[in-house]
Amino acid sequence: MDVLMLSRLQFAMATMFHFIFVPLTLGLSILVAIMETKYVRTGDEMYKRMTKFWGKLFVINFVLGVVTGITLEFQFGTNWSRYSEFVGDIFGSLLAIEATTSFFLESTFLGAWIFGWTILTPKMHAACIWIVAIASNLSAVWILLANAFMQNPVGYVIRNGRAELDNFFTVLTNPFGWQQYVHTLSGAFTLAGFFIMGVSAYHLLKKQHVEFFTRSFKMGMYFAMIFSVLVALQGHHHAQEVGRIQPAKLAAMESLWETQENAPMYLLVVPDEKNERNAIELFGIPGGLSFLAHGSFDTPVQGLKDWPEEDRPPVLLTFLSFRVMVGIGTLLPILCIWAFLRRNKLTETPKLLRVLLYAIPLPYIAIEAGWVVAEVGRQPWIVYGLMRTADAVSPIVTSQVAFSLVSLTLLYALLGALDIYLLYKFAKKGPAEA
Amino acid sequence: MLETIWFLLWGVLWAIYFMLDGYDLGIGTLVPFLGKTDRDRRVMFNSMGPFWDGNEVWLITAGGVTFAAFPKAYAVMFSGLYIPLMLLLFALIIRGVSLEFRHQVDSPAWRRVWDWGATIGSFLPALILGVAFSNIFMGLPLDENGVFQGSFLLLFNPYGLVGGVLFVLLFAMHGALWLSIKSDGDLQQRAAATARRLWPVLVGVIGVFVVLTVFYTNLLANYLQNPLMLVLLAVPVLALVLLRQQIGREDWWFAWGLSAALIGGLTLFGVVGLYPALLPSSISPEYSITIANAASSTLTLSIMLGVTLVFIPIVAGYQFWLHKTFAHKITDKELNQDGAY
Repeated sequence: MDVLMLSRLQFAMATMFHFIFVPLTLGLSILVAIMETKYVRTGDEMYKRMTKFWGKLFVINFVLGVVTGITLEFQFGTNWSRYSEFVGDIFGSLLAIEATTSFFLESTFLGAWIFGWTILTPKMHAACIWIVAIASNLSAVWILLANAFMQNPVGYVIRNGRAELDNFFTVLTNPFGWQQYVHTLSGAFTLAGFFIMGVSAYHLLKKQHVEFFTRSFKMGMYFAMIFSVLVALQGHHHAQEVGRIQPAKLAAMESLWETQENAPMYLLVVPDEKNERNAIELFGIPGGLSFLAHGSFDTPVQGLKDWPEEDRPPVLLTFLSFRVMVGIGTLLPILCIWAFLRRNKLTETPKLLRVLLYAIPLPYIAIEAGWVVAEVGRQPWIVYGLMRTADAVSPIVTSQVAFSLVSLTLLYALLGALDIYLLYKFAKKGPAEA
Repeated sequence: MLETIWFLLWGVLWAIYFMLDGYDLGIGTLVPFLGKTDRDRRVMFNSMGPFWDGNEVWLITAGGVTFAAFPKAYAVMFSGLYIPLMLLLFALIIRGVSLEFRHQVDSPAWRRVWDWGATIGSFLPALILGVAFSNIFMGLPLDENGVFQGSFLLLFNPYGLVGGVLFVLLFAMHGALWLSIKSDGDLQQRAAATARRLWPVLVGVIGVFVVLTVFYTNLLANYLQNPLMLVLLAVPVLALVLLRQQIGREDWWFAWGLSAALIGGLTLFGVVGLYPALLPSSISPEYSITIANAASSTLTLSIMLGVTLVFIPIVAGYQFWLHKTFAHKITDKELNQDGAY
């Protein structure tokens, strides 16, 4: 394998590993902040115990997110130096703004929160976790606007052989970025809700700390219910935006080869990339794809054959990831409704609790799959329509990347195992006694 | 003009990173030497507990600002120093998780693993940053396309190695002083003794480094052109001299501040010597990455200057608040609270 392929693998591995931790941070920070606020307002000790129990899981998860995040900033320079040089004027600025406005806040006030239980006043302590929660979610704005520049470059001019900033306001209001923001955040909040429901379900199944985990469960449930519906509805708009801005990605998401009016939507498709067709297409809904993509049955949808082969994204991976994401995304609101209907009879519904316990990984899978659609589906471009991924890689040698890829993979495997072990240990242990 | 301001800011941000995370890295390095009992080691970890993460963000910011203001310098620096930066990354990852994982399982073997993780994860970044910056002062073997020519083993030349040792010692001193502030009893005595013993060693290594700088680098050219600028040297020299006095008087806050001034002063002295190059090329001065060929557009530099001038003072403000809030000596009550390391 060459530097390009190894660097792509490394980027995919490092980013996907990092993103195991980010969504839980985004969602759980808000939920823990709500718990602590309720404690400060009502003085109810159970909320304090909830804050500490979920807060502990939050902190373990957060640290993994922080340390794996450094990799991402480094990687643009180490492995994608030509890209960095080309877009640094805009992309680098967004990352630098993220660090100065958000990451500092997050990290500083989390330190105060972890160590401040006996030193800060209760109000100040609760304020710290709110700052962490707001800063985390603000940080996502900058990161996603940076990613959006790769998906839908706006506000730039090509000058001096690179993309230079032309209009900062246009970069900040990139509609693609804000779609991604709502999509990523609502997905992350759904994940956090399911995480809380799943862990609570474990204890409710054992009928231990029933009051504690029923209360937690309900918070997670309402959160997950609102945002799993939002992520699905808004996801539809996001996909339409993708269809307008990146039609080749949409074609790959649907594995549509021929441009057609009244494009059907098949429930079962098996893409055959080599022969530029689908081996199997079953259960078609006439005009379904045209309707979903453009809101009318007879608007044509562009097929992959409209682009020369070197301009098409990998079809099978994009297609499958999209289906996985949509499949899980459809299932999650249904689970939420089930949980809502049984919310006052939780311990009497072990089937629901067992399903929710095993459903913890589902939002993770959906979110990772979603990012595969976004990033693999953007190929062969690193900046859509402007720069190819193949032209972006650093002038480094294979052995260097092989070394870093292998070491990073081993290190991450170890960290992942330890993280799961610790989360499992403390989730299972339950809250401290009152 | 804008480029020059950004060049200085670039140096200042690296200096702040060294001044802040330096004491964390130093304490981590000193764990095997000063942490005799588990309680000692816990005090050491807790003494940087609330701070290390916020301090580390200065590195992210220094990196991010290099990316934003001098994209080409960022590209060349990070890809050219690929292996050292990967090692730095692994070390910082291990440092972070060691601090957080250590107290999660009540087993001596588990704790020993993370004690070593924290030590290696603190010592290596100090060493690598020192080696990397000395080599930047010397010039990197960059060709006309900014591609690093040759093996990364070239970085381990005498000057690079002395620079690495210098950083390790500077940070160890900085850490020993911070620990003197945050601990008491026997551990504090040992931290203070370490600072006292490190001082002459530090003077010696700084002396060697300065002499080698004259031979290995071109840093002094700027100063010889404008001898007035040599007053910059007064900051680290004065800090070093006063440091000995304050260690003797056991005014740990003052001593720690002087140690910070020493680290910052040395960094800025080097950076100003580089001007206008960010990454001089040892192959030919024409191939150097300078503020002229690496800077971002005027629009980006202006916007980023605004962002920096507004937010960096705010960050400094709340990080000052954090340090002030947690400035007291670590008590048993604190060691026993939830979340303590």
